[in-house]
Amino acid sequence: MAQQTRNIAGGYRREGSEIHPPYLYPDYKGTRLRAPKKPLIIVPHTLSELTGPLFGHTGIGPLDNDLTRQHEGEPLGERIIVHGRVMDEDGRPVRNSLIEIWQANAAGRYAHKGDQHPAPLDPNFSGAGRCMTDDEGYYRFITIKPGAYPWGNHPNAWRPAHIHFSLFGPAFATRLVTQMYFPGDPLFYQDPIFQSVRDPKAQKRLISTFDLETTVPEWALAFRFDIVLRGRDATPFERPHA
Amino acid sequence: MSSERSRAGITPSQTVGPFFHFSLLKEDYSRLVGSDHPSAIRIEGTVYDGTGEVVPDAMLEIWQANSAGRYAHPEDSREGLSLEEGFSGFGRCGTDSEGRFTFITIKPGPVPGPEGKMQAPHILVSVFARGLLKRLTTRIYFPEEEEANSEDPVLALIEDPEMKKTLIAHPIEGGYRFDVHLQGESQTAFFDV
Repeated sequence: MAQQTRNIAGGYRREGSEIHPPYLYPDYKGTRLRAPKKPLIIVPHTLSELTGPLFGHTGIGPLDNDLTRQHEGEPLGERIIVHGRVMDEDGRPVRNSLIEIWQANAAGRYAHKGDQHPAPLDPNFSGAGRCMTDDEGYYRFITIKPGAYPWGNHPNAWRPAHIHFSLFGPAFATRLVTQMYFPGDPLFYQDPIFQSVRDPKAQKRLISTFDLETTVPEWALAFRFDIVLRGRDATPFERPHA
Repeated sequence: MSSERSRAGITPSQTVGPFFHFSLLKEDYSRLVGSDHPSAIRIEGTVYDGTGEVVPDAMLEIWQANSAGRYAHPEDSREGLSLEEGFSGFGRCGTDSEGRFTFITIKPGPVPGPEGKMQAPHILVSVFARGLLKRLTTRIYFPEEEEANSEDPVLALIEDPEMKKTLIAHPIEGGYRFDVHLQGESQTAFFDV
């Protein structure tokens, strides 16, 4: 280990992350036995946290971002385009970064053996997609609008329609799993997962916007969902000398 | 330099939910090297909730340097340390009906830490599950690295010696066991990254 180690000062920003939901949010029953109760230990951003997995375009199939063309027939439901841009807090695009999505079908049923909701499965819809952001941070999926579905959290509990998103960004520190919702959903008020985000402005960032301009006439509606990952502290840091 | 005013708010985290398997686990990322790799190790464990019940619907991701202590990432530009062809350092595994996960990987080398100090060999872990509104992160350290562990700047941040022990894997035949306790008396030490 004769190498000079780096003096890293430029970690990812911590301010701003208080908008994330708490671990314990008792209205969402699932948190009660799974949320840690002992305080988290604040860890400095070392080389371990400043690096993170990178995925090439190589494993991604040409139809992986089109959830309507993964089977012989077309799925039932409203065909939609879901697109947007992934940026950091300073507006810099998050380039060539993997996005994975998953969702229920138009009837509100997941193609998952654990989903017992008595709504029909669609043999032409799996509900899984992935793509890489382009050089400007843009991504685009074609899918169908997922349905709302009931769950056992509280009496007559329904999840608002949503699409799950998984993003990596440039580092271990920027990993994010979230959910995209649709504008004007009447179910937000009773959904503890959505409500676990307390700041109304932050809640709004989980809701896609109807995007008339991207709509394809006679073919598909469009929704835009921009995603903002943490930005890097501007503090300059010493470059390593190998 | 951007001003505070122009900074965009970050997108909040939401739970991975119970039904991610058909997307996130479609490809098997649990073997970072082949089991025939000369230095392959197995890291296995069980995820428990606050009542000690196993968590059958969690997903773990790991991130690590290679055996030379080099990360396969442009931020780690120490060209004197070799990269290993085909070793990305990323792994992902869902828990089974018994709450168990298994990774096949190699032991990472030591990596630089703050203020010019070295960190003991370690693997970063993210835990996702229904009921976790945001990921939990922890680290796996190695039991045979007593000296390096005692000088590790991140382990040093944990005052409670019992809590510190939760990050040290246990030796088993062919590898290590690392259990994750989400809550309770024996809760794993989790980090605010």
